[in-house]
This record gives sequence, C-alpha cells and structure tokens, in this order.
Amino acid sequence: MSVNIKINHAVKRYGDNTIITDLSLNIKEGEFFTLLGPSGCGKTTLLRMIAGFNSIEGGDFYFNDTRINDMDPAKRNIGMVFQNYAIFPNMTVEKNVAYGLKNRKLPKEEIKETTDRFLKLMKIEEYRSRMPEKLSGGQQQRVALARALAITPNVLLMDEPLSNLDAKLRVEMRTVIKEIQNTIGITTVYVTHDQEEAMAVSDRIAVMNLGDIQQIGTPKVLYQRPTNLFVATFIGRTNIVDGKLKIEDGKTMLHFPSGYACEMDNILDEYKYDQKVKVSIRPEELVVDTKNKEGIKAIIDDAVFLGLNTHYFVHTDDGDKIEIIQESKIDSIIEKGTEIYLQVKKEKINIFDENGQYNLVKGVINDLDLYTGD
Amino acid sequence: MTKKNKNFDIWKVVSIVVLAMYLLFLMWPLLKLFLQAFFKQGQFTIEQFVNFFSQRYYRKSITNSLKVSSLATLLTLVIGIPLAYFYQMYEIKGKGLLQVIIILCSMSAPFIGAYSWIMLLGRSGVITVAIKNLTGFTIPDIYGFNGILLVLALQLFPLVFLYVSGALKNIDNSLLEASENMGCTGTKRFLTLIIPLIMPTIIAATLMVFMRAFADFGTPLLIGEGYQTFPVVIYNAYFSETGSDRGFGAAVSIIAIAITAIIFLFQRYVNSKFTFTMNAMNSIERKPLKGIKAVLINLYCWFMVGLAFLPQVYVIYTSFLKTSGKLFVKGYSLDSYRLAFRNLRRAVPNTFKIGLAALAIVIFLAIIIAYLVVRRSNFVNKIIDTLSMIPYIIPGSVVGIALVMAFSKKPLVLTGTVAIMVIALVIRRIPYTIRSSVATLQQIPLSIEEAAISLGATKMKAFFGITVPMMANGILSGAIMSWVTIITELSTAIILYNLRTVTLTLAVYTYVSRGNYGIAAAYATILTVATILSLLLYMFIAKTDEVSF
Repeated sequence: MSVNIKINHAVKRYGDNTIITDLSLNIKEGEFFTLLGPSGCGKTTLLRMIAGFNSIEGGDFYFNDTRINDMDPAKRNIGMVFQNYAIFPNMTVEKNVAYGLKNRKLPKEEIKETTDRFLKLMKIEEYRSRMPEKLSGGQQQRVALARALAITPNVLLMDEPLSNLDAKLRVEMRTVIKEIQNTIGITTVYVTHDQEEAMAVSDRIAVMNLGDIQQIGTPKVLYQRPTNLFVATFIGRTNIVDGKLKIEDGKTMLHFPSGYACEMDNILDEYKYDQKVKVSIRPEELVVDTKNKEGIKAIIDDAVFLGLNTHYFVHTDDGDKIEIIQESKIDSIIEKGTEIYLQVKKEKINIFDENGQYNLVKGVINDLDLYTGD
Repeated sequence: MTKKNKNFDIWKVVSIVVLAMYLLFLMWPLLKLFLQAFFKQGQFTIEQFVNFFSQRYYRKSITNSLKVSSLATLLTLVIGIPLAYFYQMYEIKGKGLLQVIIILCSMSAPFIGAYSWIMLLGRSGVITVAIKNLTGFTIPDIYGFNGILLVLALQLFPLVFLYVSGALKNIDNSLLEASENMGCTGTKRFLTLIIPLIMPTIIAATLMVFMRAFADFGTPLLIGEGYQTFPVVIYNAYFSETGSDRGFGAAVSIIAIAITAIIFLFQRYVNSKFTFTMNAMNSIERKPLKGIKAVLINLYCWFMVGLAFLPQVYVIYTSFLKTSGKLFVKGYSLDSYRLAFRNLRRAVPNTFKIGLAALAIVIFLAIIIAYLVVRRSNFVNKIIDTLSMIPYIIPGSVVGIALVMAFSKKPLVLTGTVAIMVIALVIRRIPYTIRSSVATLQQIPLSIEEAAISLGATKMKAFFGITVPMMANGILSGAIMSWVTIITELSTAIILYNLRTVTLTLAVYTYVSRGNYGIAAAYATILTVATILSLLLYMFIAKTDEVSF
C-alpha cells in the first residue's frame, strides 16, 4: 500500500550549522518524486530524514496521517536503495533479497515465493546463488532494487542510485527503474544531481538549492517556465542575456543591448513597468537569420555537427557568448566567422527580474506555493 | 520511540561496563604502581628514582637496550623490506612454502631462537665445535650483544616482511606502470616510488619491531650473559624485592613505561606526516625471473628465511635425541617427550584453557569496543578509546608487576589464579585486536547497516548479523595472530605463573634455564606444532595463504 508523504516546516541542524531552515513538501501517493540539486543542497539530508537515519530537529513528517518523526527506521516500512547499493557482501543474491522478508518472520513458502517473484521481476534469477562480488554494477543495482521492493514497502527511497554506473548503464537502469515503479505504483522519492536523469524518470521534481526548495513541478513546467534564474540555469542549458523591459505606447517591449527589440505579450500585469531584466533563452529558442539584418548581431566561433542537431557557438558585439541549437539542414553548416542575426522565439523565452529572483512571464506553476501558506 | 530508547540504553550500559573494566583491571593496577613508586610509608619520595639513576649498572641497561633494539630494528628493515619486495614483484620458487615458513618464524617465541642458537653457535654448539674440529679456528663468541642482535634480527624480520608485503599488495599496478612510462624502473623506482608509498607501513613496522625488541626479555636473559638489558633489570628488580620493599620494582616499571611512551609518541608524530590511503584496483603482478638475477634473488630469499627457520628446525631435531640426564647422547628416542608429559601434565591443557579464554574475551571486547568507538562516538566512548591504547606502551613484565601489586590483597585476590593470567593476556593483546577491528569497521560503509535497518532489522541484529560477519575476515586473521602471541607470551606470564598455571612457553623456559634441553625441546616442539596447526586452521577457514596483522 502506497502512502502520500507530507513534510511540514522541516528543520535540520548539525550542531550550530543549519542545513535546512524551513522546508515543506507534499508527495502524492504513487508518485515518482525527485529531489534535484547541486551537491550540498540538502537533498540527501532530506531523504535520510524521511528514512529515519538522520534526526529531525524541527517540523513534522507524515506518511498519510501517521507522524513518523520518532518512528524507528525499521518500523517505517520503507525500501531504500543506497548510492553504493549496500548489498550484504556475505550473502548470496537470493539471501539479500530475502533478508527483509525473514526479518518479518513470514512463513518460509511466502518468503521463497516473494523472493522468486522479485528476482524474476528484476531479471536476476540466474544469479540467485551468486555472491555479490561476482556481479557487475548494473546487476548489483538490480539486486538492491529487488531487495528494497521485496518487503512491499510503503515508500521507495533512492539515493543517487545510478551515480556509480557508467553512462550507458545509467540510461538503461533509469528505464528499468521507471518501468518497475510504474508497474508497482509505489510512492518513490529519488535523489539525484543529474537533471537529465531527473527529467527522464520523474513525475514531479523539486529543485533544491542551499537547503531550500526553489520550485516543484513536472519536468515540462520546470524546463519551460522556471520560477527563477537558478532553476532556469540548473534545468537544461540556457543563455542568460541582459535586457530592458520598457512600456512604449501601452506595449511591453523587451530591448536587447544590441538594439534589437521585440514585443512581449505574456508579461504578468504586476511587472509591467520599466526595469532591467535577465533574459533566459534556451539554445533552441533562437532563430538564425543570415539574410535580413534583423536581430542581435553575432559572429560564429564554432559549429559542431551532432547528427540530429547542429550546435553553434557565437559571440555578440558586447562579448556575450551564446549557444544555439538548430536542426541539422541537408545543405550545409554555416561557416565559422559568418555574421548572423539572432531573433528569439518570444513565446518560449523567460524573463527574470534583475536579481533573477522571480519570473515575469505568465504561466509559471510552482507547487511549492501550495503549502508555503500552511 | 520506546524501542529506540531501549536500544540506546543497552549500549550505554555496555559503555559503562567496559569503562569500569578498564578502570579496575588497567587503571587501578597502574595507579597502584605509581603509589608504590612515589610513596614510602605515606610520604612522597623520589628516592627510588634517584637510586636507579645514580647507579651506573642501571643506567647502562637502558642504553644497552636502546642500542641493541635500534640496531636489531635496522637489520630487520634491511633484510625484510627487500625480501617483501622480491616476494611481491617476482615469481620466487616455492613462494607459498616460503611465506608459510616466514609466518611460522614470526610466530615462534624469541627465547626459543636464543637457546637454539646457543646450541648451534654457543661455546659447545654443534657448529662451533664442527668448525673448530675441521679448521682449528674458533668462531667469535655469540653471547652478549652479538647474540641478542642476531636472535632479535632473525626473529623479527619476518614481521617486517608481513607488514611490507601487505602494503605492497595495496599498491596499484598502474602506479608502477605510470612510473615505468616516465622512465623510472628497477632500483630507482623502488627507492623513489615504492618506498615512499609504503612509508606509513614501514614506520608502523619499525615501531612494532622496536617495541618488541626493546621489551623482549627471554632472549637477553638466555644469551645476553653479562650484557644487561632493561627488561632483565625490571625482572630482577621485581624478584629481588618481592615480599619486602616493592618500591624499586615499581619505580623501574614507571621508567619503562616512560621510555616506551616516548617512543610511541615519536612514532605517532612521524606517522602523522605520512598519512594517505591506497587501495589497489589491480595488484602488482609477479614477474618471472631469468638468468643470474633469478639465482641471486631466489638465493637471497631462501637463505634469509632458512636462517630464520634454522633454530626451530634444530629444536625439533634435538627433541628426538636420546638424553642421559641433562646431556644429549648418540641415538634417537622419544624419552624427552615421555619426560615432558610426566613432569608437567598441566602445561598443555593450561595453555589451551588460558589461551582460548583470553582469546574469546579479546575478540568479544574488541568488537564491542570497535563498535562503540566507530559507530557511537561520545564522551565516555572517547575515554574508552584512549584507555584502550594505553597497553601499547606498557611492557609485558610491567603489566605483570602492576597486576600483582593490585590484586594480591583483599578485597580482590587474584594472584596465582588462572583468572589473573587471562586478564594479563587480555590486557596485553587487546589494543592490537581493537585497532584492527576499528580499521575493519571503518571500511564498512554505514549504509550497509542502514539497509538492514530499513529492511526491518533491529540495530543489534543489523550489527551482529551483517556488520560482524563482514568484519569476520579481519577479526579472524587478528584472532590467529592474537592466539599465537598469547600462547608464546613469556614476559608477563613469568611474573604471574605458579605451578598450577604453568603454560607450554613457561615450561620451555623453565627447562631451558635449568639446562634440561631435551625436555625443553620437546615442549618447544609441541608449541611449534600447536602454532603450525593454528596457522593451517586459519588458512583453511579464511581460504587464503596470505596472513596480515
């Protein structure tokens, strides 16, 4: 049985050092929820508070309506997958998977039957009598997952489970993880610093920085309408350009330093006044114009052909370096040194206040706002 | 919530029990020692120390000990490091056997080596006599300084070998390949890359060897003759003062602790300059040897190991010689064994009884203490950690003397019992086992235990069911070493034993000192066989032919 996880005003301190000051969060039943952030942002700390391996200095943690703050980790009924897998090296694959079931003192046949089911599910049946040291990283990962799931936990917690794998296995295993989670439908909290991995597996992602959640949302929302500059730069690649917002004849105009300007029709009413802004333009949100001299003037420094797309690295007159991604064309790649003009897909770009604290564009959804009031 | 608190309390109780044991069996005897040394009839006095340092005879014993120990240590490094290097780098003929012999050598009691060398090279030793008969030439005397040096160096270089070859195994092959790439090979690579890489181990081995050489008491007693070393002085001071004024013995003990403490602190200081860790993904591969190099290297290895093993072989040989009274006569017999069993039926069972009891306590306590220190660091456990290091710096005979002083009066009279022997052995051995358990435990990630807990195991179950089995290999190898040092222990036991608690080692020593070499050889052989069996057992259980400390 899955649960929803509710965290209200969590505080974590190590001595005088406060890691998490006030954090609230709501994870839905059956959801694949990811804590994403740079190292040291507190994501693993938060996960371990949910698991019960870190003490909780303040706030309340709930699984459904049960407060778990003081519940023994062994009683929380969580399945956990560790960064180093933490496979018991002195037990065979089968014994590892059966370990949690044995602790529940279930009848022998049931243990056998459940163990078999999960060995099969994770496709590691053939290794059942092997010792862990004889397994590859990917296989160990599968054992760790089978072991965590075998106890039919209410919550599955995963702490950077793919970081010890090589790139190809990482992609393969994240598909496996996603599939298994879909099949079982268990509430899952996943920690990673890899935004691509987070996008690939998650229903929703909480982007964390310096112990605070910046934004909670679906991968699509985070990518297209980031709530602030940090989220915009952390999720995907983007170019940050200085700009000015001006109200001219009732129209809201965005001016770039080079003189290029375009009308914005999706600025929130309360931000419609003259101000300096930071513009976040993703590489694919730029339109290259070689004929009409309309747009931001730039010179091509390098062109990299990657098959589906071609990446251009350019610099503007102001010295800004900008990256552009274009779908590869059949005719030719634009030569290095060519003078080009860049226009923006204005419905896609994001505009932040001068300090990058908030997005001026309509359509930002931040689930965090749902519980900051409560 | 209640469950959590209950667990917490159990470990708290364990901490306090362990602390109490340290206070009773270690700190109280040491305090007693200090009181005896500094107080006479309730008055503070340094008379005993003045007495010690004002006599040239006593002062000389310290410099003698330092001189012979440093030189012996140097020799062990000179012999042991190249041996370990050759062993790990090249295919030596019969390398398995070579290693087993080296381990055996490291495990035998030093004084057995001493008395065997006396039989070989002494005034009427077989080699001495043979050379004299053949050439008319008398080889130099091996008594005194030279003899002690010879015995200690040959006895202790196997330790250096075991330490260093363990460290060499941790060097990643790619480091060697990288240096080869940059044009550094052979001796140059050995000196500029390998030696610095294993420096921490060399320092640890140096200290270990020096401490053992410094504290060794059987060797100088047998072969030293006029060359007085410090441990012998302690022993004499204690026995000549028994019953009357124990102040002097206590004072000498304090001086001994001070000296070893200084050496220990010095080593800690030096070691702190060389801290880095290595973990080999690919160990060094042994290369085949060719030509003259093959002959020389094989010769070096087997000659050195042979020399170290010779005394044991010779002792075993003499145990089968026919004896007449105290003299060996022509022909072979089992008389020595017959006499050995008749005279001291207690020695063998005592050895096992005392040894196993001490071993069991050492292992159990070491695991508990390692857990407290590594996983539950708090004020009390930090004190336990510090206390657990103290026996490192207390020479064996001092442990014996302190225990006698503390436990020969009511309310707790233990002198002359099996218990005091067990306690003494536990005190002497436990720091080593604790260190190795702590090191092993630190390498086991906490997440393994957390995984078990998240799967519904209690903290106790997670520790004893998962972590302890993972430590098993480390514990087992440590246990075998402990076992062997326990059964060959002499310097503490000789102060504590009586007829009821005599052990094999003590029996050998007693008969050697009475000049009854036949029976002594028989006991020594039994001891050696017990050692070999322990070693084989270890290799069988641990499924390895590699032994590490």
